[in-house]
Amino acid sequence: MREVAVIGVGIQKWGELWEKSLRDIFVESALNAMKDAGVDKIDSMYVGCMSSGLFTGQEHIASLLADYLGFNPNPAVRVESACASGGVAFRQGFIEVASGFSDVVLVGGVEKMTDVDGGTATYALGTAADQEYECYNGATFPGLYALIARAHMSKYGTTLEQLADVTVKNHDNGSLNPHAQYPFKVTREQVMTSTMVADPLRILHCSGITDGAAAAILAPVELAKSMKKNPIIKVAGSGHATDTIALHSRDDITFLRATAEAARRAFDMAGVGPKDIDFAEVHDCFSIAEICVSEALGFFEKGQGGKAAEAGETRLGGEIPINPSGGLKAKGHPVGATGIAQVHELVTQLRQDAGKRQVKNARRALSQNMGGTGGSALVHILEVA
Amino acid sequence: MLTPSKYWRESPQRYRLEAAKCTKCGKVFFPPRLVCDSCKNGEFEKTTLPDEGKIVSYSMIHVTASNFSDEAPIALGIIELDNGTKITAQVTDCTEDELAVGVPVKLEFRKVQEAGESGVLCYGYKAVLKR
Ligand SMILES: [Zn+2]
Repeated sequence: MREVAVIGVGIQKWGELWEKSLRDIFVESALNAMKDAGVDKIDSMYVGCMSSGLFTGQEHIASLLADYLGFNPNPAVRVESACASGGVAFRQGFIEVASGFSDVVLVGGVEKMTDVDGGTATYALGTAADQEYECYNGATFPGLYALIARAHMSKYGTTLEQLADVTVKNHDNGSLNPHAQYPFKVTREQVMTSTMVADPLRILHCSGITDGAAAAILAPVELAKSMKKNPIIKVAGSGHATDTIALHSRDDITFLRATAEAARRAFDMAGVGPKDIDFAEVHDCFSIAEICVSEALGFFEKGQGGKAAEAGETRLGGEIPINPSGGLKAKGHPVGATGIAQVHELVTQLRQDAGKRQVKNARRALSQNMGGTGGSALVHILEVA
Repeated sequence: MLTPSKYWRESPQRYRLEAAKCTKCGKVFFPPRLVCDSCKNGEFEKTTLPDEGKIVSYSMIHVTASNFSDEAPIALGIIELDNGTKITAQVTDCTEDELAVGVPVKLEFRKVQEAGESGVLCYGYKAVLKR
């Protein structure tokens, strides 16, 4: 297996991009990544997208996007794993370069979510849960994460203040990120009095509806060296795991088994552990998710994620900064793009290019991307070679 | 989208709580499936889930999917039945104050939703508190 480097990343300002189509936002990010990498051709492409069909009525987007990027007839594949689609695209591109099958692969993610009304968007996102045995009975995504939150509070004594502190921290970080959809600060009081969505989760515990795309260029480390890339940012570990998509089918609904397993695989490949990670970008689709993820990744003991957030251990300058980008909460969550945007932040930070939100001397970082209530999970570890 | 064939197919589970029990290791699956994830056996006998259990977790959902918006807010719970099987169901006929982790409930046959433009009546199980 060849060593693989991320030689370029691209993104744009996320938000409600009324004037831009799905193909526009994808191509914009892809061109930014290619420019950043200094390449003008790619061998193949993977695109993570959860539901272009339900959000825009368009399927068959891999070939469409290759066309608009000017890369027909080269192969392009769309991958879907709900909100983890971007993470899967990254991993498939990594495998293709590592195997020697291709040299320069573009991995991207895109979601155009504001062409439909809120009810349709809620329905489309709900398809990541068990349609027949969860959604049929009234489950929504905030509702399912609310069930996790209530169980975590009941089992471990996690508090509403601790949940709010995750949001406050992510908005603090997001206020320093020029690409963020919601680049402003919020207070604990604002979070705890915001509109109730699914008790105990309020609107400020939830990520929003976002249009956005992100892209990265993968190549063998040897090629990155010959292109005089500095620093060389290497993919040190990649882990992917699955779990039941129905939350009720799990023994412990507060523990994200697939995330723990994906982390174990990525740590094994990289030959490192949680203590060797300088910062992490994780899937905080809801504030409780970040708490559960921080435990499943091994940064904190089971049940201690809320207390750690309250103590500031996950802030910039803390023990293990989590979501310096602002996370899904402040940066936005165009579902298929999220896994690649996390990589964008990892690379930006490892290049020491993150400005005011820079994690000092970051050399090794982790991204965690998951689908549904954790039925699929990807963990990647990037380091300065 | 809930179509008639899709609705009809699940009716043994929604109407009668029909489940499958692995003939080798005894694990119960709801809904039934073709292979046991524990022992990989492919043979099952039909069984019926117990209709009593307790609340594992719950949420009062204020922003519902559009097909439940007439009833919002709705209480949704994960219920652990007396045999250990967990299911997701609405908890109904109660106030928010009565909901708590560990509260005993009983499943009843109820109307769950009206699907589509024509308002097809869809039935299934909901939990009520055992008082
Ligand atoms: Zn069995």
